[in-house]
Amino acid sequence: MVQFERYTLSNGLRLLIHKDAATPMAVVNVLYDVGARDEHEHQTGFAHLFEHLMFGGSINIPDYDEPLQLAGGENNAYTTNDLTNYYCQLPAENLETAFWLESDRMLSLAFSEKSLDVQRKVVSEEFKEHYLNKPYGDVWHKMREMAYKQHPYKWMTIGKELKHIEDAQLQDVKNFFFKHYTPSNAILVVAGNVETEKVLQLAEKWFGPIPAGEKYVRTLPKEPVQTEARRLEVKADVPLDAFVKTWHMASRLERGYYITDLITDILGGSASSRLYEQLVKGKNLFSNIECYHFGSIDNGLLTIEGKLVKGVKIEDAEAAVNEEVQKMTQELVDEKELQKVINKTESTILFEDMSVMSRANSLAYYELLGDAELMNTELGKYQSITAEEVLAESKKIFDERNSNTLYYLSKN
Amino acid sequence: MSIATEQLNRTIAPVIKDATEFELKLKPYEKYVLDNGVEVYAVNAGTQEVMSVELVFSAGNWYEQQNNIAAATNFLIKNGTKNKTAFQLNEHFDYYGSHLTRGCYNETANIVLHCINRHLATHLPVVAEMITDAIYPQHELDIYRQNMKQRLTVNLKKCDFVAGRLIDEYVFGKNHPYGVYSNKEDYDALQQEQLQAYYKQYYTEGKCIIFAAGLLPADFVQQLNSTIGQLPLNKKEIPSIVHPLTPAEQMKYRIMNDEKGVQGAIRLAQPFPNRHHPDFQKVQVLNTLFGGFFGSRLMSNIREEKGYTYGIHSYILNHISTTAWMVSTEAGRDVCEATITEVYNEMRDLRDELVDEEELQLVKNYLIGTILGDLDGPFHIIGRWKNLILNGLDENYFYNSVNIIKTISAKELQELANKYLQPEKFYELVVV
Repeated sequence: MVQFERYTLSNGLRLLIHKDAATPMAVVNVLYDVGARDEHEHQTGFAHLFEHLMFGGSINIPDYDEPLQLAGGENNAYTTNDLTNYYCQLPAENLETAFWLESDRMLSLAFSEKSLDVQRKVVSEEFKEHYLNKPYGDVWHKMREMAYKQHPYKWMTIGKELKHIEDAQLQDVKNFFFKHYTPSNAILVVAGNVETEKVLQLAEKWFGPIPAGEKYVRTLPKEPVQTEARRLEVKADVPLDAFVKTWHMASRLERGYYITDLITDILGGSASSRLYEQLVKGKNLFSNIECYHFGSIDNGLLTIEGKLVKGVKIEDAEAAVNEEVQKMTQELVDEKELQKVINKTESTILFEDMSVMSRANSLAYYELLGDAELMNTELGKYQSITAEEVLAESKKIFDERNSNTLYYLSKN
Repeated sequence: MSIATEQLNRTIAPVIKDATEFELKLKPYEKYVLDNGVEVYAVNAGTQEVMSVELVFSAGNWYEQQNNIAAATNFLIKNGTKNKTAFQLNEHFDYYGSHLTRGCYNETANIVLHCINRHLATHLPVVAEMITDAIYPQHELDIYRQNMKQRLTVNLKKCDFVAGRLIDEYVFGKNHPYGVYSNKEDYDALQQEQLQAYYKQYYTEGKCIIFAAGLLPADFVQQLNSTIGQLPLNKKEIPSIVHPLTPAEQMKYRIMNDEKGVQGAIRLAQPFPNRHHPDFQKVQVLNTLFGGFFGSRLMSNIREEKGYTYGIHSYILNHISTTAWMVSTEAGRDVCEATITEVYNEMRDLRDELVDEEELQLVKNYLIGTILGDLDGPFHIIGRWKNLILNGLDENYFYNSVNIIKTISAKELQELANKYLQPEKFYELVVV
């Protein structure tokens, strides 16, 4: 059970406090309800580029990192298709430094031309390092474009193309900031060795005066139900053929999401999972195979992805994957196997909750989903899932018309 | 903008307590010795009913006669015993949501169990079985060889992977355990009997130490003793082997791995003594300033000022007998040479100019804050202890380190920079 208190400031900023006296540290986590899904199709990669700019100085403080490091703190941030999260950890005595820094950049950035210029380059190098200069680096660009026709999940967080990042202008940065970085669009979590009274006082002092701004209302196109199997074959300068197949799945708060999460653990994710045991070990078709999803808030993709053993025909590999998938839609998973993946979930949650940083992160995330208390009811949801539900959900997902298949073949 | 109406002066930083004023305490371990002489170091702390048990064997690639034997023996220890198939072993741990991982390093190789406390008693007999009864089935070895070769083929397309191999080779020599790397032929040459023999000598009858951490159950020592404590471990001396270093003569390399590559992997490295050298801990501070954190000179200049890279770091490799000081980055192909020039410029500045008090205080506070944060939770604490113990050090080293961070002067740092941060001492490599 993770305990927390919840408050809302008059400008709409939500504040959660989670106390843990066992650590000498404090964590300040600020989550903004904006991700790559909120970008314009002709200006992708912006939420993430923006995350970089949040470190380029705010209206009253020329540099974010230095004062934090001087206070003995560390920080980082990440952007996903759904959200942007900033977090720092510092000795609890120096908590106010984090309030000072985080509130100033919520108030306004410095909007420096120089910072934009440098971060455009840095992000371009990040793009190259992870997506252009790596074998199979563009798999998800291709897969997302195939699987999504309407919903903005059709591009990756890093952006659709380098050009979008290179073309970013300061005015775009300003517009983005004032649209999304408002108190009512943010969730502040303060955790660790802290006192409620002190946190409330600091929150009022530093965040209280920030103008509420206009509440951003998200209206995203819903991805229409896919009615026809989609397939794509590409040839690339890679040493091995790769097989990637996805199916549309439930959104984050639906019961189907939890069931699908267990389905991915039954099929992949461990050396005793079905795909590994059957296709890597038994039939020796793949040298590795995984089954996973991204935990997306809107409807995501259940994914099976693997590299083929040299010499295996990709059609044979696909047939073998389909056979395992069909089994999920035809036979009840046995109780022991179901219990195994539920136990795994329990242990994952327990281990994750060990660090105060991770607890602060989760609280912010569940609050974004609607209620931080969801963090404490997650395990119960998994534990109540039955084999019949797994079968029914599998039938729903593993319909060939709902699938997207990518053959990523070696040119050589 | 309502800034004008605010009472608050946001340009003034809140008063801070200098992190160097914090007192850092490394929670002591409890030590036990099992019936067979296996030492157990335990840190009992935490808030969740979970724990880790790490068995460290003197079974790293230091002891192998042929490339990859140590790594393959370690990996396949989970792939079948006399009584259980690989699947059954995996399922045993997976069923309880536990993790049984293994890893092979230079001096050591380990088996690590993470589990919820209540499952420890179920798992320990199976861990013991893996140490005494692993059989290394031929078909498991065949699949391992094939998959490792395939993985290697993919990795060899990546400039950072290739650069990592080559720089180790230059610094330590291809025949040293720190410099050696895997080739396809090495996998082909692996024989079942070799793994079985290595397993018997270095695991079943090998030298083992245990590190345990978590909210430990009251009887966990008895549990360990009735299982691992009854194995024929620690009976024989392990061979003492000396590997001569054969560093490369040539210092500068430019390698073309992928004509179409858009980035180059840059590595600069110089040989460096191990933790017992009197400069080692002081150099950790200098390294932090140079390229060891986000606010470092290298990051500030090469990422935040020039935008040549997504990240650039310097660090001292975590080796036991001798080591190297490394600078590592991936930079745009057309700015690789400019990046190297800037790295040398930063070395020059550290040699020629005293670091000012403000920056020095920042680095000190950052380092102390990091240690403070890193002592959070049992797994981190045991990690620190493990590192000390495997390097033949004790808590004095930790406290001395903290003291050095708090007291080191700008002048000392400059002297160290003049001693070590000399471009001609560094191997220099770019792989595109």
